[in-house]
Amino acid sequence: MNEGIYNPFTLKGRKVLVTGASSGIGQGIAIACSQAGASVILNGRNETRLAETIALMKEGEHRIVTADLTDALSVKDAVSMLPGLDGIVHCAGIGQRIPCRELREDDIDEVMNTNFKAPVMLQAEILRQKKMNREGSIVFIASIAAESPSMGNAVYSASKGAIISYANCLGVELAPRHIRVNCISPAMVRTGLIFKGAVTEEALKADEARYPLKRYGTPKDIAYLTVYMLSEASAWMTGSNVKITGGANSLINNGLY
Amino acid sequence: MDIHEFIKQLAEQFDDTDPSEIKPDTKFQELEDWSSLTAMGIIAFVKTIYGKEITGLEIRSCSTVADLFRIVSNK
Repeated sequence: MNEGIYNPFTLKGRKVLVTGASSGIGQGIAIACSQAGASVILNGRNETRLAETIALMKEGEHRIVTADLTDALSVKDAVSMLPGLDGIVHCAGIGQRIPCRELREDDIDEVMNTNFKAPVMLQAEILRQKKMNREGSIVFIASIAAESPSMGNAVYSASKGAIISYANCLGVELAPRHIRVNCISPAMVRTGLIFKGAVTEEALKADEARYPLKRYGTPKDIAYLTVYMLSEASAWMTGSNVKITGGANSLINNGLY
Repeated sequence: MDIHEFIKQLAEQFDDTDPSEIKPDTKFQELEDWSSLTAMGIIAFVKTIYGKEITGLEIRSCSTVADLFRIVSNK
């Protein structure tokens, strides 16, 4: 990048933690943050897959911190290894499609533990260990599912609604230190998460064609909005939840299964 | 696996179809209250009851209840 041109979107000199960095949106975010100049700390469970992400990133002082975020002890250890952070992107998450009638306690725990409890507990540990720098930025990858219902998506939608509500309160608590907290709610993004299980490519193509911009999102689409939220350019933005949808703000993705 | 037990579970997924209508040769995807939600329900009960994973594509590939039973029992 030309040093003579002012770039309000730069992440140069910033240390950014990205959870769920081994695949999908998290991987795209780790790559984009490195391109914007950040030192990225990649979190996931599998070191080999995280190393694959690093291979795709622009060179820099990147690090891998493996941890199962649903395990409190593991989280405590992992956080103790972190430097002071200027940015956190909570991206680790899982999907689920089960009709309400068939939901069992384990199904609820599985999704809520990963999509809600884990980021909340990680964030708490980071704050207790004083690893969040002043004027930092925290981003939660939520989903339009929080507001756009679709069949079989009840617990997933609820987990995203929960994290959005949590993020709003976190933002209020951290505002005195000028730490900003925002959410990103994407519509369908092409990642391993949506291909898992039943969906055929034809069904996806048909659904995709209903999007005004005629395609699903890519991890890169979400990553550039994340870079904006982590950068100085969004200095007056906190407590926001930005939808990024290719125009599909209220489409219901039925018929995929 | 017992096909009668399987049919009993399958019948649970239909709100408006009488359980007696569901037999091994029933073309279950042609039943009036069949929907994508029913398919999701089948995926869920097969996992909960039998600890097996089937996909929507596999369900759609079946014509009769017996076909579906065969796929699940061969998992």
